[in-house]
Amino acid sequence: MAALAKSATGIDGFDQVTAGGLPTGRPTLICGGAGCGKTLFAISFLVHGAVKFGEPGVFMSFEESSHELAQNVASLGFDLPGLIEKKKIVLDHVKVERSEIEETGDYDLEGLFIRLGFAIDSIGAKRVVLDTIESLFAGLANQSILRAELRRLFRWLKERDVTAIITGERGDGTLTRQGLEEYVSDAVILLDHRVTEQVSTRRLRIVKYRGSAHGTNEYPFLIDEDGIAVLPVTSMGLTHGASSDRISTGIARLDTMLDGQGYFRGSTVLVSGTAGAGKSSVAAHFLDAACRRGERCLAFMFEESPAQVVRNMRSIGIDLQQWVDRGLLEFHASRPALHGLEMHLSQMHRAIDRFRPSVVVLDPVSGLLTVALETDVQSTLTRLVDYLKVRGVTALLTSLTHGRSEQEQTDVAISSIVDTWLLLVTLESSGERNRGLYVLKSRGMGHSNQIREFVLTAHGVELVDVYAGPSGVLTGSARITQEAEERAAALVRAQELDRKERTLEQLRAAFEAEVAALRAKFEAEQADLVIGIDEHRARATRLREDRGDMAQSRSADGASSDNGRKHGKEREADEQRSKER
Amino acid sequence: MEMTDLGPKMISPAAEPSHEIQILRLYIAGQTPKSIKAFANLKKICEEHLTGRYRIEVIDLIQNPQLAAGDQILAVPTLVRRLPEPVRRIIGDLSHTERVLVGLDVRPAS
Repeated sequence: MAALAKSATGIDGFDQVTAGGLPTGRPTLICGGAGCGKTLFAISFLVHGAVKFGEPGVFMSFEESSHELAQNVASLGFDLPGLIEKKKIVLDHVKVERSEIEETGDYDLEGLFIRLGFAIDSIGAKRVVLDTIESLFAGLANQSILRAELRRLFRWLKERDVTAIITGERGDGTLTRQGLEEYVSDAVILLDHRVTEQVSTRRLRIVKYRGSAHGTNEYPFLIDEDGIAVLPVTSMGLTHGASSDRISTGIARLDTMLDGQGYFRGSTVLVSGTAGAGKSSVAAHFLDAACRRGERCLAFMFEESPAQVVRNMRSIGIDLQQWVDRGLLEFHASRPALHGLEMHLSQMHRAIDRFRPSVVVLDPVSGLLTVALETDVQSTLTRLVDYLKVRGVTALLTSLTHGRSEQEQTDVAISSIVDTWLLLVTLESSGERNRGLYVLKSRGMGHSNQIREFVLTAHGVELVDVYAGPSGVLTGSARITQEAEERAAALVRAQELDRKERTLEQLRAAFEAEVAALRAKFEAEQADLVIGIDEHRARATRLREDRGDMAQSRSADGASSDNGRKHGKEREADEQRSKER
Repeated sequence: MEMTDLGPKMISPAAEPSHEIQILRLYIAGQTPKSIKAFANLKKICEEHLTGRYRIEVIDLIQNPQLAAGDQILAVPTLVRRLPEPVRRIIGDLSHTERVLVGLDVRPAS
């Protein structure tokens, strides 16, 4: 059994959600309340069919005249008169005026069949729209004939093998007022337009799609100047690749904190902090660095106008205007309350598709919280982040946190979808508020665990080590004071050391001088003594020689007299020596 | 039944023209029992109540499908009174004579 053939609608996102579009050769019921976009959906299907897919179409309108219809869709860039001229589209306005019609007896709607059949044959139409066929119930009194004929009509449409859209107004508790869903059993699509807290959101749901798998969620869709677009949610699969390329944050010291190389390309970075903590400055550095590398950047601002951002960033020495002028940077600024969340999301999608940036900044995403519930924002951002990741776009989101204690908690809603989370904190002490920055998490890299003081200077953001000492973490003036004190103390210590060294030197010099003097004295006395010893020795030698001569001459007994004489001689020498002194 | 040819031709009874001629156009889709009945009913009503003051044009949409859109035909049979203004439409097999007369804004002949 071959898979069900499908006819693409050409409506952004819808063909993805339905895996191809509407069932070919079968009628599809599109229902919804007034102003939910049924007619627009139908005409988009028809015009895209005629223009993009070579399938001419018949639009049978039971409400608006051909002229009104052409006017209404001209704002979306659909040139109905042109397409009619080229025989791509036939517009037929079926006017049913109850007051002009008298019913007398049995009838059928063969006229409608013939009319439609003729229109189909005249251009070889493959697509048909009946908008809104329920108007017939207001124009014709005999409901049983009408119901039977509608049943026949839908069968007939199948036989003609045209892909048809039948629109129906939503009823009270039923999909359509007249229960058309009973007749059209192949595919039913429900459009919804609801307003929550004064912000409108359009949603689409595929109630039924026989023979085809389809998403069962409610899909947000929007109508803007580019037509109708259903937001693709198909990228929820977490199948995106992961680049190991790194790109600079634009702040050298921050790169160092992130393993020395900055963010991963294609990752999602969250910069959160309290008001005035410098989130936008971190974003501006990132944009500036990316543009400097020649990469295209898209910045969505929800609080400031582009001119304001450019001016403010110039005050910290970042010139973003030059990148705008070179076409590398594009700003999209709008108040969050301007549209519903889905509209924002889809506008972002479209801008990203068109501009193909490699870096996207959202400043701040918390602004979106003002227009939607947190769960909605979370799912919207998840979709956006997935969308960006699939395209390898690096995203930087800033988020405003309130209060002081719960800074890490307020962002829990989106923390799971970010890869790198920088937290900017304000450190209050000694009557000052100073900024601090730390890396709360950064998936896939070894990152610093240090708090750095975040200083905005005329030449950009600088990260400075904070003083963490016995008296706690000091920043700002306290840090500067502490640093000065430390410098003074260091100076004192250096001087002390110097002094001690000099003293030691002096001591050593004194010691050496004394040693030299002693040595001189010693040497002098040594010399004297050596002379004395020599004389003594010389005299003793002479005496012995003399005595030897005498003994020779006397022939005396040498030993005893020699001793006695020696004593006498030594006494004489001592007396002699003491006299000399 | 003399309804052998239902092309766009005029069936004008030989009658003296009146300033209040009803120009009637009956749209049918082939010779179905309903259309045959409608034509018969119409002829009878005209004979009885509009003697000499009517013209009937029968249009078979099967042969001339392009005419359906121009006269805003949806149901068949549809009787359209083109003149006098305003245009009136009567759908069905015209089996309720009174309603047909109301639809044509004609006072029944006594």
